[in-house]
Amino acid sequence: MTILMAGTEKMRQRMRRWILMGLFAALGLTSLGVTNLAQAEDIHKEKSIYRNIVVKESYGRRCLVFTVKRGDRNQTCMDLNDPKKLVFPYVRMTLAGLLLSTEPEKILIIGLGGGSIPVALNEMYPDAFIDVVEIDEAVIKVAKRFFNFAENGHLKVHPADARVFTKRAGLQGKRYDMIILDAFTGDYIPEHLMTKEYLEETKTLLTGPGILIANTFSTSDLYDHESVTYSEVFGPFFNFKMPNTGNRVIISSSEALPSDFVLRSRAKKLSARLQNYGVDVEVFPQFMRRDIDWDTEKRSLTDQYSPANLLRSES
Amino acid sequence: MSHHPAQRLFSPLVLTLAFTSGFIIMSVELLGGRILAPYFGSSIYVWGSIITIFMLSLAIGYLTGGRLSMNQPSLRRYGLFYIGAALALLPTIFFGEYMMDAVFLRLEDPRYGSLVASMFLFFVPTVILGMIAPYSVRLLVENAHESGRIAGGLYFVSTLGSALGTLATSFYLVLWFEVNQILFTMVGVLLSAGLIAIFASRYLSPSQED
Repeated sequence: MTILMAGTEKMRQRMRRWILMGLFAALGLTSLGVTNLAQAEDIHKEKSIYRNIVVKESYGRRCLVFTVKRGDRNQTCMDLNDPKKLVFPYVRMTLAGLLLSTEPEKILIIGLGGGSIPVALNEMYPDAFIDVVEIDEAVIKVAKRFFNFAENGHLKVHPADARVFTKRAGLQGKRYDMIILDAFTGDYIPEHLMTKEYLEETKTLLTGPGILIANTFSTSDLYDHESVTYSEVFGPFFNFKMPNTGNRVIISSSEALPSDFVLRSRAKKLSARLQNYGVDVEVFPQFMRRDIDWDTEKRSLTDQYSPANLLRSES
Repeated sequence: MSHHPAQRLFSPLVLTLAFTSGFIIMSVELLGGRILAPYFGSSIYVWGSIITIFMLSLAIGYLTGGRLSMNQPSLRRYGLFYIGAALALLPTIFFGEYMMDAVFLRLEDPRYGSLVASMFLFFVPTVILGMIAPYSVRLLVENAHESGRIAGGLYFVSTLGSALGTLATSFYLVLWFEVNQILFTMVGVLLSAGLIAIFASRYLSPSQED
């Protein structure tokens, strides 16, 4: 009996040892992973109710990162030596929307990130009123503290879910002549912000000659579904993709799309102003395609059917 | 009490039905997130509202179902719970948007908006679905000695159903079907389950000690 007990005791000890060793091995592996990712210096880390936010610095760049398991995604980067410069191609591409408009007076931006787009637009058009909607208060805080984002009489950020804000803004009769959809989680766009109904609610906020700009990805199966959904709501749009980026910016207007000639002449006019932000707007028009390069048979995304993130991982 | 030869099917039938209700509870709860998102967003507080209402409804359902099981428990009444739950889901499908519109207009704060909307949409069907669990225990328990084992077995199948309902809905059903198509299917399944129980009650009955 005692021998038996001693035996089980020994086994227990052995098991404990194995478990401990396993734990240490796991810890070792995770710390290796972390150091691997953390070549850049983390200057700020924060857990919000939505995600983990990290501000990193490397090679004179400061970046806002939403950490997700499958690898980090930079949301916004700022060049510390030239803070005005828009570092990411997609941010620069977003400003192509200005080629469809004269001077925007009321701008709505969904998704703050590091605030580079609202700050640039606020500088370029100091008389325009800009509303930014950001769901995550922690992102607002970080943008203010680390990315030179500041509110002023013309630039205001609203902490809210974009869907809720849009529905209520519609009821309140708010109207905008430029709307930029740039809501991203660490992964992609939230599913309830990709549906036909959401886009229709957004469309009601556009005044007469209103411009809609949406930042999306051009990779994955979702591309077809997304394109079908946008064209059902907005009709023809500029499908703006540039070489070497996985981004696709959808640019649509509540009026007929301008001709290439108009785009080019506006680009010429805006060129000097946008040069300050590192945006070479004159190369944009040639990449702003009107042709349909998606499968038009694909189903549109609706509130009833929006497995967007599942579709994205399917391809 | 004469035993019908089919009496041995009694327990498997009740277990299967309990599994079905477990599956449907979680499937509807997950769809709740989808249903509320267009009005209240998909933030953590929306899920908080949904889970709160489901837990509260289930709690009340357990209490009520337990009470009802005191009074001549039968497979027929059990079947009526399923039919009741199916009917209670219909207003959610047909008037859901209307109800959410009304709440959205009256409540600015999306936290309370989603809580009140969840209450309107899911309270009644979930209370009824909650009544099924304790009633199932009563139908199957023959004596105090095995009551724990039987309750455990029932929790096992109905929670297994819930796990599968969660998985199936979030992984596949939303990819293949529209929200309302899934809800209509749930209504259909509940109705059939209820009718099967009522039909079976002609031949099967819970054993009675008293």
